[in-house]
Amino acid sequence: MGASDLIMYEEEFQKIKDVISKLRVDANANVVFLVDKNGQQIAATGDVERLDTTSLASLTAGNVAATDGLAKLIGEKEFAVLFHEGEKENIHISIVSGKVILVVIFDERSSLGLVRLRVKRSSEELSRVFQQIMEKTERERASGAAALDSPFAEITDADIDALFNE
Amino acid sequence: MSFINYASREINCKIVYYGPGLCGKTTNLQYIYEKTNPQAKGKLISLATETDRTLFFDFLPLDLGTIRGFKTRFHLYTVPGQVFYDASRKLILKGVDGVVFVADSQEARMDANVESIRNLESNLQEHGFDLRTIPYVLQLNKRDLPTAVPVEEMLRQLKYKDEPVFEAVALKGIGVFDTLKACAKQVLIELSKK
Repeated sequence: MGASDLIMYEEEFQKIKDVISKLRVDANANVVFLVDKNGQQIAATGDVERLDTTSLASLTAGNVAATDGLAKLIGEKEFAVLFHEGEKENIHISIVSGKVILVVIFDERSSLGLVRLRVKRSSEELSRVFQQIMEKTERERASGAAALDSPFAEITDADIDALFNE
Repeated sequence: MSFINYASREINCKIVYYGPGLCGKTTNLQYIYEKTNPQAKGKLISLATETDRTLFFDFLPLDLGTIRGFKTRFHLYTVPGQVFYDASRKLILKGVDGVVFVADSQEARMDANVESIRNLESNLQEHGFDLRTIPYVLQLNKRDLPTAVPVEEMLRQLKYKDEPVFEAVALKGIGVFDTLKACAKQVLIELSKK
């Protein structure tokens, strides 16, 4: 495969959830979620029940990918921040560590300035967590042993077949 | 690029349906969406033109069940097939885990099929993938049409390696789920080898 798989560990997942929860409160936002650049949702917090976060994640990634394409066409490395203003709610999209997309949905109870300020701090924290994940994944790979209970350690053809039996 | 979340015990993989314009990629996804249990699917998102030609992508999330205690989700995408949307096709291929190539069996579309496979090969390379090794399934669609090229001839021109091949009539659902299952299986087997 062209890129390594993204692995999320329990400890780091909790840290990520804590960071985005704090961001939501500090930015007075309605929803904060984190998406990988391929469109997979990593974590979400806030008023998410009313939202189809899977579709949001995929469309956000598509949006960012298309914007990245535009940036390169005009000689920019990327547009690290996107902002969409709505009538009632707005979306602030930023790239963290070049790999992950941070999305903040907010309304009149917050402001773009406040969101940008809080996102900046949270991005730094999230970057550190993702760095830890990368290092952990590398250590696991280098050691060659599955310290974790890999779902694929003993997967058999029968397991996969069972998935597709109607 | 799969996403394995040990905390929430989920595995997420991406399958992209590729092929020339109007070959049946979107039709495949629409059929899968219609026939899948509501609990096992999300919304089908289609970013299309006013004339229903795919403009950016179609997207359908599917829950395939549990394997070793991990919920297995597949995200299905289609690319826009028209030639001039190549920039968008490249973007959609990012992080792909498996590819389904939907070939149009009509004689008049054989050149377009061949060009599209070459385009797929080249776009995968740009992302660091190799069509020779990535999970890959070939679907020969529109087998019901009177101008359908014989299967042997289609295989001669389009078969890339030893990929599974399925004859299909996507509008009627023939071959659609067989194709998806074969690709999903390959993706999981590939993951299990790592």
